[in-house]
Amino acid sequence: MRRARLLAVVFLGLLLVVGVLTPILPLPSPRSMTARPLQSPSWAHLFGTDDLGRDVFARVVWGTRVSLSVGLASAAIATAIGTILGALAGYAGGTLDRALMRITDASLVLPTFVLILIVVAIFGASVGLVILIIGLTSWPQTARVARAEFLTLREREFVLAARSSGSSDARIVRVHLLPNALPPILVTATLRVGTAILTEASLGFLGASDPNAISWGQLLLNALQVMRDAWWTVAFPGLAISLTILALNSVGDTLAARAATPGR
Amino acid sequence: MLKYALGRLVELIPVFFLCLLLIFLIVHAAPGDPVLYLYGQHISSGEELQRLRAQYGLDQPLLARFLVYLGSLARGDLGRSISTGHPVGQVIARHLPPTLLLMLTALVLAVGGGVLLGAVAARRPNTVTDSALMLLTLIGYSIPTFLLGLLLILILSVHVPLFPTFGMTTLGQDYTGMRRAIDVIHHLTLPAIVVAVWYLAIYARITRVSLIGVLREPYVASARAKGLSEWTVTFHHALRNAMLPLVTNLGLQLGSMVTGAIVTETLFAWPGIGYLSYTALLQRDYPMLVGIFVISSVCVLVANLLTDLAYAMCDPRIRLR
Repeated sequence: MRRARLLAVVFLGLLLVVGVLTPILPLPSPRSMTARPLQSPSWAHLFGTDDLGRDVFARVVWGTRVSLSVGLASAAIATAIGTILGALAGYAGGTLDRALMRITDASLVLPTFVLILIVVAIFGASVGLVILIIGLTSWPQTARVARAEFLTLREREFVLAARSSGSSDARIVRVHLLPNALPPILVTATLRVGTAILTEASLGFLGASDPNAISWGQLLLNALQVMRDAWWTVAFPGLAISLTILALNSVGDTLAARAATPGR
Repeated sequence: MLKYALGRLVELIPVFFLCLLLIFLIVHAAPGDPVLYLYGQHISSGEELQRLRAQYGLDQPLLARFLVYLGSLARGDLGRSISTGHPVGQVIARHLPPTLLLMLTALVLAVGGGVLLGAVAARRPNTVTDSALMLLTLIGYSIPTFLLGLLLILILSVHVPLFPTFGMTTLGQDYTGMRRAIDVIHHLTLPAIVVAVWYLAIYARITRVSLIGVLREPYVASARAKGLSEWTVTFHHALRNAMLPLVTNLGLQLGSMVTGAIVTETLFAWPGIGYLSYTALLQRDYPMLVGIFVISSVCVLVANLLTDLAYAMCDPRIRLR
């Protein structure tokens, strides 16, 4: 199992490097339609070509860039909002805590995907908007984790010590509580990256993602027409997205287990 | 118990209003006239537009407009579909039963399979069986719904034509009675599995962790000491308490189930709310999408309330708090 986890981390690192370096990699253009359509994988076209003669390998690599940016950026937005609201609720307590948690619990249950569809339908899909709307709808889980952390941390002796030496609430939260609360918050952030990538892929699959960006979900949508004759159009984008989510989940699980049993 | 239930219900109401306010504000931030988005009326002329704006109170300040909107919702008026002109409420009501059938079947599969797998794994933690099952569940909750659907269609209906891939009944066949039920089940199998797998994997993991904890409790040792069989101890004594975290989770994931339904129903052309959302998206049928959001929010919030009540019934510590 330890080796599998190492593999997951290496895979994610590799994805990150590929995602950052995509524009300078020696790849055929993901949009050029010059090759013969529907070729099976070969040395010239590692993952074959699609129905319009585009290189599937190049498209999967470019998809990495879009999926990772959406995953990381919207997870960052969700984590920032969730941490702020969770810190407010957990540290302040009382009525504010109750009100914020009611909203959080409800937002957690709401069918946010329909909301995302409405926003995309009205304002048109662009990568930026998709990042923003996924980020704005996936903070509740983080808020719950952050609240639980701040709730237990604020009762600790070092907080009492800081308060008795005259630290303000803002300083206590920023300097004393936040660094201690961060590890579990970052663990949920890993899982948020995974769900954001999945949400974007689902949007792409429904044809509701940025039509100008190449994303894994869109590749699968295009493959739908030809998958009966060309397995590679489904297999490689499918593998890319599944392995990414698998790696994120297994790293997140490991970190979560470690955070739950301190001192191991 | 009744007091607890009423308390939870009262808490839900402001949340629901916030939710309506949110959608209302989004629609008002959109380019174009909100009449189009909320009520789906085609605007033919300037005069007609003025009449409609007056009818829906859109010439009034924002808060007053919101109240008018709430009023029309309260009368069950969700506007009209842009593409067909049918009342949105009626169209949604017609598509609700197939979705409920799909969701309930998937839920039964997920809870049944998940609890069973979790219990098998928890009986012998950290053995080969356990590791293999956990790897399987990790894959199960990592594979995207639409990809699983594509794979199942490729394998079980293209290569080995066992299951249909389209719709809820066979086209052109007017089956009745038993024959129809079998036909529907035949169409239901693949989509229900596709929706269920993610939840099954999650429930298996929750059950495993929770059951391992419960099996260490003294009351389980005393049940064993009485000479009860391992089967009775696991499934009758331990599992009941181990199910509590699963009930919580069940309530929390109802909203994400709607996502699964949209993708799966689209893939299999299952004639429910999910497929309706997809066609509404394609046709930019805004009142339909807004109506689906409002109705599914109500369903999900109520279902969440019901799971909370189920939890309270299972665990007296909650309702007596």
